[in-house]
Amino acid sequence: MSSSNTDPKIDAFRAQILHAAKNKTPLSIEGGGTKSWYGNTNTYSKLDTRAYSGILEYQPEELVITACAGTPLKEIEAALKDKNQVLAFEPPHFGEHATFGGAIAAGLAGPGRISAGNFRDFVLGTRILDGKGQDLSFGGKVMKNVAGYDVSRLMPGSMGTLGLLLEASLKVLPKPAGTATLRCQISQEKALHILNEWAGQPLPLSASCWIGNPNEEGQLTIRLAGAIAAIKAAIPLMSASVNASEVDPQSAEIFWNNLREHQLSCFGNLAADQTLYRLALPAACGPLTIPGASNEIVLEWHGQQRWIKAPGDEATFTLIKQLISSHGGHATRFKQGANVNSAFERFTLLSEQVHSKALEAVQARLRSAFDPAGVFATKRLP
Amino acid sequence: MAKMIPMNMVSPPPDLAAISALQSKLVSALRPILPEHALLWEPEDTIPYECDGLAAYKRMPLAVALPETEEQVAQILKVCFAMKIPVVPRGSGTGLSGGAMPISQGLVLSLAKLKKILSIDPFTRTAVVQPGVRNLAISEAASHLGLYYAPDPSSQIACSIGGNVNENSGGVHCLKYGLTLHNVLRVRGILMNGELVEFGSLAPDSPGLDMLAIVIGSEGMLAVVTEVTVKLVAKPKMARVIMASFDDIEKGGNAVAAIIAAGIIPAGLEMMDQATTRAVEEFVNAGYDLEAVAILLCESDGTPEEVAEEIERMTKVLEQSGASGIQISKDETERLKFWSGRKNAFPAAGRIAADYYCMDGTIPRRHIATLLKRIKAMEKKYSLGCLNVFHAGDGNMHPLILFNGGDPDEWHRAEEFGTEILETCVELGGTITGEHGVGIEKINSMCVQFGKEEIESFWGVKAAFDPEKLLNPDKGIPTLSRCAEYGRMRISGGQLPHPELERF
Repeated sequence: MSSSNTDPKIDAFRAQILHAAKNKTPLSIEGGGTKSWYGNTNTYSKLDTRAYSGILEYQPEELVITACAGTPLKEIEAALKDKNQVLAFEPPHFGEHATFGGAIAAGLAGPGRISAGNFRDFVLGTRILDGKGQDLSFGGKVMKNVAGYDVSRLMPGSMGTLGLLLEASLKVLPKPAGTATLRCQISQEKALHILNEWAGQPLPLSASCWIGNPNEEGQLTIRLAGAIAAIKAAIPLMSASVNASEVDPQSAEIFWNNLREHQLSCFGNLAADQTLYRLALPAACGPLTIPGASNEIVLEWHGQQRWIKAPGDEATFTLIKQLISSHGGHATRFKQGANVNSAFERFTLLSEQVHSKALEAVQARLRSAFDPAGVFATKRLP
Repeated sequence: MAKMIPMNMVSPPPDLAAISALQSKLVSALRPILPEHALLWEPEDTIPYECDGLAAYKRMPLAVALPETEEQVAQILKVCFAMKIPVVPRGSGTGLSGGAMPISQGLVLSLAKLKKILSIDPFTRTAVVQPGVRNLAISEAASHLGLYYAPDPSSQIACSIGGNVNENSGGVHCLKYGLTLHNVLRVRGILMNGELVEFGSLAPDSPGLDMLAIVIGSEGMLAVVTEVTVKLVAKPKMARVIMASFDDIEKGGNAVAAIIAAGIIPAGLEMMDQATTRAVEEFVNAGYDLEAVAILLCESDGTPEEVAEEIERMTKVLEQSGASGIQISKDETERLKFWSGRKNAFPAAGRIAADYYCMDGTIPRRHIATLLKRIKAMEKKYSLGCLNVFHAGDGNMHPLILFNGGDPDEWHRAEEFGTEILETCVELGGTITGEHGVGIEKINSMCVQFGKEEIESFWGVKAAFDPEKLLNPDKGIPTLSRCAEYGRMRISGGQLPHPELERF
């Protein structure tokens, strides 16, 4: 139900929204600005969420945390760590000042996504201000709730184009009792094959990453997480089939964190005319050859998320989109080199996908239901 | 029971001649699309469709269509769209909130004949199925590959995957394995105007807003589901269950919180109160502790090593929480025996009372004992018994209110009892429905859980998919005038939640 308590900070947000609605000038919502490079660019005036900050409720035995959008993400993770709990989908921070709201709006997930689920799987409820300045609450703080449409789960990945997120309740999970990391040298094709085979077996496989040149052997790193006994039993079994060895826990933790934060060397050195492309693909997709791509590629999520560096021009993106769509996935211009035209569309459009053309009109109506005046119509997400 | 309805609440008598004319028009428009046996309109043929699993609410539709292909579904919707005839989609009809109750001047669109499993791929751990496929049939078909479909609602032997998608169904294992939402990758459907759309994809995410998330659990109001791609997961090698007795409801409730706080996510965590164990023990002879005020069933699954480790940790927590008795299943037979009572709670209720009314609220776990005490007081207030079974791990509770439907006053009291339970759930920070859906049953309670602005937004969502408001339009979301009327009724007191509907 709409919250009756008034907060001067929320009143200030509302005033900014109503002003924007009146002047028909969209607002670009921003937290810590750590992901400002992600999504389509705009020059609209900013709505800064950071004033509305703080953890509102956290009861570890409920597995739920409720916090304000402007809360630093690190503050939330520190509170969870204190109680031995985690955000199992490991959202990347991409900078020290990442906020809770920004992480939700970006909707990105880290290595744990393949086993734990994506960001929206963990969203239980939200409080938002819509484009009319209305204070709305959807969902709740309980695990199971089917009252009303699940509007809350539209927020992850909506890039601030649906409404201003004020608060959210997320499901959290206990930190796994044990973890172990294994590493081996293996070809991309064999890696994709064995990862999918393992994923269909009762093994504590929690994350995977293959880094290498498409046609050579590369480095496969896998993470096991769960009951200590289950990990102990799985290590010899999985090591034997790929001739892997265990990575020491400290180096392993650094590796998985660097992967999550794109701090591994393979994510660096983006040439001025290059783009870092994110490819989201079905499990069935084998190795792909991308024209003009740099040699080193990164495969995560058992091959369902792939990172490649390739020329940032429109022709290359068009080719990549066609190739990825033909495999049932979609491509994103994730990060741009210094000389790539920043006005280029970053995402695959609904109209470019089979059977989603009709969704374009639905999505437009959905947005205007929450935001008739176009206060959040920054096009940051098309 | 119609005689109970105060005269001023009765809607004007339907114009039978007009309805009959509309029926003829609809039937002749649908005939060219469907084989003869797939279109029903004679009352003796359509009467099985007058209600779903919530038999207290019933209504006769104009006609029932049973398409056999996706193309027929699209054509039926195009016809109804052009004629502005409302459509109520229906799966197996096992829903417990009246979500598939017909509309008098509308069509029931049954997806029951679309029941093929189109493919199962062990490599990608996915199955592509038509909406009428039964939940359990998916797991059975994948079993030889060591895979299964995780969500397991109690009705899984009969309920359809299309219905599960529309209700976002859960089950006893969803604390660990998630709801329908977490186990469906893609939904193919037809919009009310006949357009084919796909929500989600086989990739980990899709372009644009995450519309799959809003379609799942939308109670047949946004699109008609024609194909579902589900995630399959590896079957655990084994499972064991701990049965713990408590002599105090508070201790039992706290034990649930303590297990979660200890960092354990059990595969299942269920609670039954004493009234339930006594009712089911007579029925299944599972050896339940009849002196216990509450019984917890706490399951672990996985590899043998994993299960041994987890059972040890859970046992320790339960002992520390003051369990008065603990039994651990020795083998699969005993595990199933321990579960048999929980799984048979509904039929057991049916055995000790003429009728039972199943509720579905969810509350934060820490309030379990509070709610049980409040329900105890309500039993006295309404002079009706109640059995309490809980998906304790996720705070989702199913009180079964016992009554005799032959006595109109008892049914009236049962409805009021149920409404008070739901409003208590909202008061305790929970929700009116965890997994059964709002349907027609809880539409008034929506006015308690949500404000005017949220309800207006829900109508905005509805209109984005179905601008003419023709797809199951009288379910799930109340109109604002309905909420205003309900507010007045609550003040004056004593009115039936749905005076316009015929009962039993």
